[in-house]
Amino acid sequence: MTIDALPMAGPLLEARSVERSYGRTPALREASLSVTAGEVLAIMGPSGSGKSTLLHCLAGIFTPDAGEVWFDGRRLDTLGDARRSELRRTAFGFVFQFGQLVPELTAADNVALPLLLGRTGRRQAYRRAGDWLRRLELEDLAGRRTGELSGGQAQRVAVARALVTGPKVIFADEPTGALDSLTGEKVMELLVGLARQEGTTVIVVTHDARVAACADREVMVRDGRVTDPYAGEVLR
Amino acid sequence: MVPVSSEGRVSRYASRIYPRYIVIVMTVPLTLLGLLDREPSYGYDLKRDYDTYFGKGKPLPFGQVYSTLGRLARDGKVAAGPSEPGDGPDRKRYAITPLGRQEVEAWLAEPAAAEPFLQTVLFTKVVLALMLGRDAQRFLDVQRATHMRRMRELSEIKRDGALVDALLADHALFHLEADLRWIDVTTARLGALAETVRRA
Repeated sequence: MTIDALPMAGPLLEARSVERSYGRTPALREASLSVTAGEVLAIMGPSGSGKSTLLHCLAGIFTPDAGEVWFDGRRLDTLGDARRSELRRTAFGFVFQFGQLVPELTAADNVALPLLLGRTGRRQAYRRAGDWLRRLELEDLAGRRTGELSGGQAQRVAVARALVTGPKVIFADEPTGALDSLTGEKVMELLVGLARQEGTTVIVVTHDARVAACADREVMVRDGRVTDPYAGEVLR
Repeated sequence: MVPVSSEGRVSRYASRIYPRYIVIVMTVPLTLLGLLDREPSYGYDLKRDYDTYFGKGKPLPFGQVYSTLGRLARDGKVAAGPSEPGDGPDRKRYAITPLGRQEVEAWLAEPAAAEPFLQTVLFTKVVLALMLGRDAQRFLDVQRATHMRRMRELSEIKRDGALVDALLADHALFHLEADLRWIDVTTARLGALAETVRRA
């Protein structure tokens, strides 16, 4: 398999004029964005603006109809399904608003799962899961089924699961959307704080300005186009 | 009195959270200048337009209109025409000068400081920008960026500060968030608002 390589060191993750439609409805129009290693970026925009579609294209979940996505010097959008799946398992972590945990499994099982799928030994996988649950202040809940946890506790388990493989990038789509203000704030503090300690890049899609304020910078998506709100700051 | 946190540390709120805390009053002179930037007007017409768009519930007294125009004329920002006979007493038509136009331009271009309770200033700038055919969308984008930058600073204070600082930062954050929501709603309705103010 050949993989195009960037001629020189650039951003860790980049979308170049990405287009994506759902049927006849365009979701992304020439969307371009670059993210550097260790950066925490918020993608904001109204409902239906294309921000989640952009996140899915950057994460290799969707392939764009046109344009390119580059990750760590490699062209991501031209990789086959198997390679993209492998990349998502090894280099990316995900936190969604709902439903990413297996409710019948314990918190420890859920956190260890990505490691077990990646063929890490059972003992090591559970040891690392335990470490991350401790860092997320969840050690007392390690043996509880995630279906029995509160929304905030479940999101912290999801954060632990996203970080346990040591990913280069965490993609978070409305990670606090189902939580009250205080709980959401705690989840964001932990997610961003731990990602910074680990040097992990975070891309968070949110419509919540308080969540976006935890990021280093934000971009706006409107009608499928990415705009940098800091461009042309002086209007004259 | 400088607040002291429960840990005995002096709170930084006075210097870091509300560094330029002032009660924002309507910027009447700049708003009148902006209205004159559309076209020369009589004091009566200026008052009517001001009250229609910016003085809801608090109309501008005639005395304030004429004293403001007098000061603007003294400072070379407007020029008063000769007295003209009308239905009532003689009246003067006021026109903006290049200096006045420059001042309106600079004011519209500058994002307002990201402090709570700025709604009326934001509203005034957006409506005037639309009336004058300026890029109101760009103004809103820049204002949004200014608010977000301030929110990031406040979030950092919350992370590092004592509980008193965190609660005061929260107060400011919630107000800035309200402004941002208004900015987003206005952005979505900018086309309709432009039609409304240009039709008038």
